[in-house]
Amino acid sequence: MINSSLKELAIALALKKVSSVELTQLFLDRIAKLNGELNAFITVDAERSLAQARSADARISAGNAGPLTGIPVAHKDIFCAQGWLTTCGSKMLSNFVAPYDAHVIGRFNDAGSVILGKTNMDEFAMGSSNETSFYGPVKNPWNTGRVPGGSSGGSAAAVAARMAPVATATDTGGSIRQPAALTGLTGLKPTYGVVSRYGMIAFASSLDQGGILARSAEDAALMLNVMSGFDARDSTSIDRVTEDYGRELEVPGGVAPNLPLTGVRVGVVKEHFGAGLAPDVARAVQSALDELRRLGATLVDVSTPNARLGVAAYYVIAPAEASSNLSRFDGVRYGHRAKSYSNLAEMYSKSRAEGFGAEVKRRILIGTYVLSHGYYDAYYVKAQKIRRLIANDFAAAFKDCDIVVGPTSPTVAFELGAKASDPVQMYLNDVYTIPANLAGLPGMSIPCGLGEHGLPVGLHMVGNYFAEAKMLAIAHHYQCATDWHLRSPEGMSA
Amino acid sequence: MSANWEIVIGLETHVQLSTDSKIFSGSSTAFGAAPNTQASAVDIALPGVLPVANRGAVERAIRFGLGVNGGLADNINRRSEFARKNYFYPDLPKGYQISQLDLPIVNGGEIAIVSPTRGEIKVRLTRAHLEEDAGKSLHEDFHGMSGIDLNRAGTPLLEIVSEPDMRSAEEAVAYARALHAMVRWIGICDGNMQEGSFRCDANVSVRRPGEALGTRREVKNLNSFRFLQQAIEYEARWQIETLEDGGRIQQATVLFDPDSGKTRVMRSKEDAHDYRYFPDPDLLPLVVDEAWLDRVRGELPELPQQKRDRYVSAYALSSADAVALTQSRETAEYFEDMVDVLGDDAAKTVANWMMGELAAALNRDNLDIPRSPVTSRQLAGLLRRIRDNTVSGKLAKDVFDAMWQGDARGEDAADLIIEKRGLKQISDVGAIETIVDQVLAANSKSVEEFRAGKDKAFNALVGQVMKASKGKANPAQVNEILRRKLS
Repeated sequence: MINSSLKELAIALALKKVSSVELTQLFLDRIAKLNGELNAFITVDAERSLAQARSADARISAGNAGPLTGIPVAHKDIFCAQGWLTTCGSKMLSNFVAPYDAHVIGRFNDAGSVILGKTNMDEFAMGSSNETSFYGPVKNPWNTGRVPGGSSGGSAAAVAARMAPVATATDTGGSIRQPAALTGLTGLKPTYGVVSRYGMIAFASSLDQGGILARSAEDAALMLNVMSGFDARDSTSIDRVTEDYGRELEVPGGVAPNLPLTGVRVGVVKEHFGAGLAPDVARAVQSALDELRRLGATLVDVSTPNARLGVAAYYVIAPAEASSNLSRFDGVRYGHRAKSYSNLAEMYSKSRAEGFGAEVKRRILIGTYVLSHGYYDAYYVKAQKIRRLIANDFAAAFKDCDIVVGPTSPTVAFELGAKASDPVQMYLNDVYTIPANLAGLPGMSIPCGLGEHGLPVGLHMVGNYFAEAKMLAIAHHYQCATDWHLRSPEGMSA
Repeated sequence: MSANWEIVIGLETHVQLSTDSKIFSGSSTAFGAAPNTQASAVDIALPGVLPVANRGAVERAIRFGLGVNGGLADNINRRSEFARKNYFYPDLPKGYQISQLDLPIVNGGEIAIVSPTRGEIKVRLTRAHLEEDAGKSLHEDFHGMSGIDLNRAGTPLLEIVSEPDMRSAEEAVAYARALHAMVRWIGICDGNMQEGSFRCDANVSVRRPGEALGTRREVKNLNSFRFLQQAIEYEARWQIETLEDGGRIQQATVLFDPDSGKTRVMRSKEDAHDYRYFPDPDLLPLVVDEAWLDRVRGELPELPQQKRDRYVSAYALSSADAVALTQSRETAEYFEDMVDVLGDDAAKTVANWMMGELAAALNRDNLDIPRSPVTSRQLAGLLRRIRDNTVSGKLAKDVFDAMWQGDARGEDAADLIIEKRGLKQISDVGAIETIVDQVLAANSKSVEEFRAGKDKAFNALVGQVMKASKGKANPAQVNEILRRKLS
């Protein structure tokens, strides 16, 4: 049961082979067994989850279940869920019980899914290893001496270790796709504006996007059907016709059953195969490209020459927005407030000095600096220009191809602590994923092999705006022909 | 203080827009509720909440742009932008204020005023931009701590910035009054200054005429016309004295203390915040299309400038009269109502009375025109009796005073008072001749002087006749009969 797809679980629930309460308990037991070692969850509340499961069972019995009714879903602790501690991985919010539901949480509640718990994450989603969490690092289920990636490391570890069938996550520069690659999962960051940000604690507003960590493209499509859709409370939410993101999965593509990708033009970014890419990752990605060709796709070379500036632009824009977004955490209305202070300035400085960790402080300082008088044009304005250039690069590439592919992360999962003291090395983890955020494009990572030490490697895909259904179909056809996505960490599959 | 200094003033005015809900949330904007009862998750800036712009607030800004530009929309940015102004203060929940910087919704426009020294002038507007208000810090009654009330946080404001076109405190007050009238005229602000719906900051500098602009100091938060006048007068005098004493003006933000009548420095330029403005990524650019502009334009009332032009062309009023009569929508309505009753040819008389007796009485009793004890219909009733020679212009002023005191009510109040007090003009030739004969008999000395060539004696005789008739004799007839009898 813990390895079942969402569709299989829904059938089992519908046929009463299992109840939502039993299914929820099964995963709660997995959490109880494994969380001590992996630290994937910050908050588990069995009573609350089981109460939701009982409601779901009633709904299933009443015959008005949807595809995700009764299915337990783990949520990144960045989403506000009414009555749940919502920490964002920070001491600052270690006492914050959300009084309202994020749009995404509301959608899952409406769908009848069960909130299985709140997953660990880098503090305020700032990190690529899940080591910046106030609640301690998350361990990679494939090798507990290694990181699961970040910032959605808790969601990734939870799904990879079968502590949850599926999880929500968020991606600002790669926070879904890089952990997906490092833990052998299918990760999807939709087009900016497809998933409402209301109730999702902001890191960098123009880049943040809610998404999914799942075990297959098929599961991810079911999840996106629930999460997506217009929300008037988010001005950047896009009002478009509701679509079924799984609609192309079952449609036989191509000219023959064994050539489902015939006609699909896959763009390969040559710049992605240069210096900095580990050989084991390069080999796995190359064989995935060969597989795509075998399935009927045409490979074309494309170039995104400005993508190399992505990390630099990102580390101006994201901290700039973060420095402002995190100003509300001042100890005045909620969250951590210093115990003693003698005046207002001291209340602010002590509360924030105590409440934020080192990486968050680093980014607030960078962001404050780049927005300062006299530096704004040199940094922020220039970074926005680069952002435009990168979007233009993609627009040009999509004239020649339907999808751009490459490696998700330059290496397989690295050891805990290996990059903790070198922020720039840490930031370079996201060199391949950041451009999609800067351009607002949808991105995915799917497992495509095993590299050094038997650790998973991810294949990165970037589609055009609103091309999620097409990307999911390509990923699905790849997953039908391969079994990388079915691999699970040793000792975690039973 | 020597005379040859020129005072230069520009005003920044915060106008609270009259929407029912806040600019970025659905909370009520009603004044006076219990603390924090009108503060939603968005207003208190819970983690994860997002702003959504209120179309009603945007529409009021558009009305303003059209209103100060003769109904033309070339001063309205089709694409403007919200920006974050970052600073920490306990009553600023997000740690930033959402405002507009590089791309405000309105660029330009003008407000016409009458200067006591320069006549009619136009004050140019630099810009007007949308922003949200902050909450309030309450520094009393909390046992050594401060309380925070976020009811006001997120209230929509339009900040209107003028060019430094004013040259005296009187001109600044005239501008503020005209602006106040305009925002009420077009229905975007209730104008309640006690509740803070309309508050001014004054940028004041002084210079020798012809020289470049001096260093300015900004006087903050002036919430009455009287304080505006006092603050500018004090500030300008202080700057002139400082310069004449060999000092220099440092750029600064100052506060006016109404109790002492003085300004004091709040922060100098060195202490100025770096607000780290940048475009708010939570809000899309604010796009105003032609259809929206056309609809808003179609809903606008006739604007002050349009009325002025009409008054000048249709009623042959002077431009200064037209400006005075369009000080407020109520003033214009009062005028137009009287002209409707009396006819277009009465417009000049109506204007004279409104700017003479009526304005003086309102001013004396510190009333505005909607609260005038004499209604437009009552005043029209009085002017009708002047025009048909029932009452003399001089006695009409007594009738007006009586109406003001409430001696009679209703639209025929003037008639009732004229009747009751016997103020009806004597136009009967026989009656006047009788009085004239009596006066001539009793003033033989004056008669002799007149016949000896002293014209002044004639005026003395007229005066005697008027006195004898208790002012009621028709002056033109008195003149004519006297001349006839003396010839």
